[in-house]
Amino acid sequence: MNPVNYLYLSALLFTIGAAGVLVRRNAIIVFMCVELMLNACNLAFVTFSRIHGNLDGQIIAFFTMVVAAAEVVVGLAIILMIFRVRHSASVDDANLMKL
Amino acid sequence: MENLIGVLVGAPLLGALILLVGGRALDRLGHWLGIVFATTSFAVGCVLFADMVGKDAEERALHDHLFSWVPVEGFQADVAFQLDQLSMTFVLLITGVGTLIHFYSVGYMEHDERRRRFFGYLNLFLAAMLVLVLADNYLLLYVGWEGVGLASYLLIGFWQHKPSAATAAKKAFLVNRVGDVGLSIAIMLMFTTFGTFAFSEVLPDAGSASEGQLTAIGLMLLLAACGKSAQVPLQSWLGDAMEGPTPVSALIHAATMVTAGVYLITRSGEIFNGAPAAQTAVVTVGAVTLVFGAIVGCAKDDIKKALAGSTMSQIGYMIMAAGLGPIGYVFAIMHLVTHGFFKAGLFLGAGSVMHGMNDEVDMRKYGGLRKYMPITFVTFGLGYLAIIGFPGLSGFFSKDKIIEAAFAKGGTEGWILGSVALLGAAITAFYMTRVMLLTFFGEKRWAGAPDPQTTPDVEPADGHPAVGAAPHPHESPLSMTVPMILLAFGSVFAGLLFTVNDTFLNWLEPVTHHEHGDSPISAGVVTGCTVTAMVVGVTIAWLMYGRSPVPAVAPRGSLLTRAARRDLLQDDFNHVAFVQTGSYLTRGLVYLDHKVVDGMANGTAAFIGGVSSRMRRLQNGYARSYAVSMFGGTAVLVAATLLMRAVA
Amino acid sequence: MNVLAATTSTSTGEAVQFWVLGTIALVGALCTVMMKKAVHSALSLAGTMIILAVFYLSQGAYFLGIVQIVVYTGAIMMLFLFVLMLVGVTSADSLKETLKGQRWLAATCGLGFGILLIAGIGNASIDSYAGLGKANADGNVEALAALIFNRYVWAFELTGALLITAAVGAMVLTHRERITKPETQRELSQRRVREGKQVTPLPAPGVYARHNANDIPALLPDGSIAEVSVNKTLRARGQMRDVSNEPMSNVAELEGQAESWLGRVTPKRVVRQPEENGSPESESEGAAK
Repeated sequence: MNPVNYLYLSALLFTIGAAGVLVRRNAIIVFMCVELMLNACNLAFVTFSRIHGNLDGQIIAFFTMVVAAAEVVVGLAIILMIFRVRHSASVDDANLMKL
Repeated sequence: MENLIGVLVGAPLLGALILLVGGRALDRLGHWLGIVFATTSFAVGCVLFADMVGKDAEERALHDHLFSWVPVEGFQADVAFQLDQLSMTFVLLITGVGTLIHFYSVGYMEHDERRRRFFGYLNLFLAAMLVLVLADNYLLLYVGWEGVGLASYLLIGFWQHKPSAATAAKKAFLVNRVGDVGLSIAIMLMFTTFGTFAFSEVLPDAGSASEGQLTAIGLMLLLAACGKSAQVPLQSWLGDAMEGPTPVSALIHAATMVTAGVYLITRSGEIFNGAPAAQTAVVTVGAVTLVFGAIVGCAKDDIKKALAGSTMSQIGYMIMAAGLGPIGYVFAIMHLVTHGFFKAGLFLGAGSVMHGMNDEVDMRKYGGLRKYMPITFVTFGLGYLAIIGFPGLSGFFSKDKIIEAAFAKGGTEGWILGSVALLGAAITAFYMTRVMLLTFFGEKRWAGAPDPQTTPDVEPADGHPAVGAAPHPHESPLSMTVPMILLAFGSVFAGLLFTVNDTFLNWLEPVTHHEHGDSPISAGVVTGCTVTAMVVGVTIAWLMYGRSPVPAVAPRGSLLTRAARRDLLQDDFNHVAFVQTGSYLTRGLVYLDHKVVDGMANGTAAFIGGVSSRMRRLQNGYARSYAVSMFGGTAVLVAATLLMRAVA
Repeated sequence: MNVLAATTSTSTGEAVQFWVLGTIALVGALCTVMMKKAVHSALSLAGTMIILAVFYLSQGAYFLGIVQIVVYTGAIMMLFLFVLMLVGVTSADSLKETLKGQRWLAATCGLGFGILLIAGIGNASIDSYAGLGKANADGNVEALAALIFNRYVWAFELTGALLITAAVGAMVLTHRERITKPETQRELSQRRVREGKQVTPLPAPGVYARHNANDIPALLPDGSIAEVSVNKTLRARGQMRDVSNEPMSNVAELEGQAESWLGRVTPKRVVRQPEENGSPESESEGAAK
């Protein structure tokens, strides 16, 4: 088996995550789908690292994880706050910016 | 002497100012004030005339520069008067007839509450008309031209409480505007061609301009003359202008103002001499109007409108004569003067009849009035004989000369014009005889006609019978009959006076110049033909109206008669050709404006709005929709990247 | 890169592992998107992440594999579950699409994007790979540390700043300072009367069945149901029971029981009664018969 298959898996996971972001309305699930996309990217980075034989890909994946952690912290805080104010976790309810 | 010219114009102007500004305080003696100013003007005119006669022919012209009106470099407009023989003729006619009609109006307008205002307008008219004929440049002439237009408008609509009068005034004003535009364009053309407006510079210099320029100016001047002198195609206002008081019809719409066109063409003779095409247009207009007016005059039962048709026709003679060039100018003016006398006399006679007939104007409701109004009958009859060209009276001499000149034009044109003029003479004799017979002869046809022997002719206490009451014909007061008598004298003797020793010809010759055309037929033959035409016309009229009683209600008449009663469909033509076309045009423009102009603006707005509102749906506020766009965009970017790599 | 070190195929064991776990990871990802309840989604995602951790480990990223399990599955996913607990079940959980055309657009874009990515990868024609044997010679963690604290130290410092900022931000966002005095019970009751929407306490749910029927709405006097009598969350989940026939039959059943107890019974019902003691549905069916 060629490690390229990991890349195919990564692409599929990324696409599924993206579709989930577009389809789901619950902000938390949307957020989880974003995490799925990030993980798919990480898988691609790790695979590239293996293919190229150096560790820079892993470093990038590492940074991605750290940033994802920070993002989740802030994002979930925002979701909580919105839920507290608007009593809804639906991304469609936060549509005050339209005309 | 020059300074007197200012007085000539200033007196009636001052009179108008005083009478119109003075207010009701002047109501009681306003008319006498008006007469004083008019008479002053006439007296000054006489003095100037006497002075002029005393000089040599070449030194007679006076010039009085009052002030510079528009002193701009390259555009010098002066208020300056020029009194030469031509102007002098008009001055005497205007002030003389004007003064007589002032006197006449005292009696005629006796019962009108607004008599003071009427006299103010009359004075205003005199002043404007004098400015017109005395101006030494075209721009000042234009001032007078507009001034008489204003006075005419005010006087036609003097009885403005009558909708017909108000409408007639507006009609006259509007139709005159068309002509006035012609005059203003002519003046502009003159300025571009010659760089000046002054007669003394434009006219001697006319030869320097090209024939095309002269033709353009001439045609525009002709348009102006058509408007003011009620010539085809701008003739339609004159008949309706008879809504004005009869003295106004006599003074403005018979004797003076309507002849301004003839004055304009005669004055601009040098321009027309250099533009044969314009001259042809002038004679054509004159000849057409000559017949046109005569036919209209034949059909009208309204005495004033019949006379208005006659006026139109007679001015057609003058215009035709003026269009003949140097062989006709003198006779145009001569006919103008004699016409001024007898047509004013006829109108005053008509006014007198109406005065006695309770303002009835339908000739079919007259009849047999000669017994009741002997003075009116005699003066009207003399005017009648003059206008039909009865040998020895003034109309005979002047009209005969014009017909001669028409034949003298030479060639086919001369024959056609001469024949038309002869035909006109016959028709003139016909319709004037008709007027005469219907009014003064035959059965009494007015409502409840009393027998003059049994019923005493009692004047009502207020001297004016209530409207609608049975008329009781009576002779008019002295203030009305005396002017009529004086004018009758003029109608009888003026022609003779002018013709003997060619007095009038010699008088005007230095200004208008004159050349004898060589007529294909001798003067005697022409005179014979003229008299024959007159006799034929009179005979036919007598056969139709004198032998048998005239029905009080007009019979249906032939197609031509009915058309002529409608002024030969001139109003209908104008309505179809201009009013309807204009309204269709405006409707079309409005439609165009709505659909195309507004449509484009609104369409653009609607298009943008529509596109925007569709675009707005993309901005639905849902983060997920935006995410789809982003995702789609990303996909496109990836595709582009791959494509670029594949291509590279 | 050392060409000689390049290999073209992994071990068979890894291949088997990939195909088995990869399938499970895909299914987990699909479940994350498609599960109706958020908790199920979170658990599916956690499973996918663990499988990814296994893939990291098998690809020589030992440090990342452990971090993936500890940070992602252990911390982040637990944070998600924690927040889910706070938020509770909402109508947003519904899978029904409310935006017109959104699902089609998403499917189209997703398909297109996926096909493009896969085509791109397939186009890259990576036949051989270097492997991490050389890079990991001194141990994966040591090699990573050498990179992080040398070449990427600046980025690492920034990441630290980012994390601190995120922590402070989360605190600021979720911290709610009370700026007004909390309403007393008196004030609450007064406001209720003032607004006049629901002066009395909310009605209790219907209690016709023999279990604690919190999910059954009470009936108003005219026979219609009072939705406010059922808990909001149950309503949002769609777990409110249909009340149209059920309570009526239950009442009839209760009456029947009383009659049977008094000895005035239709024998059929008495006989059927003990057998069908189960769900209310079956009971109502029995009553209908």
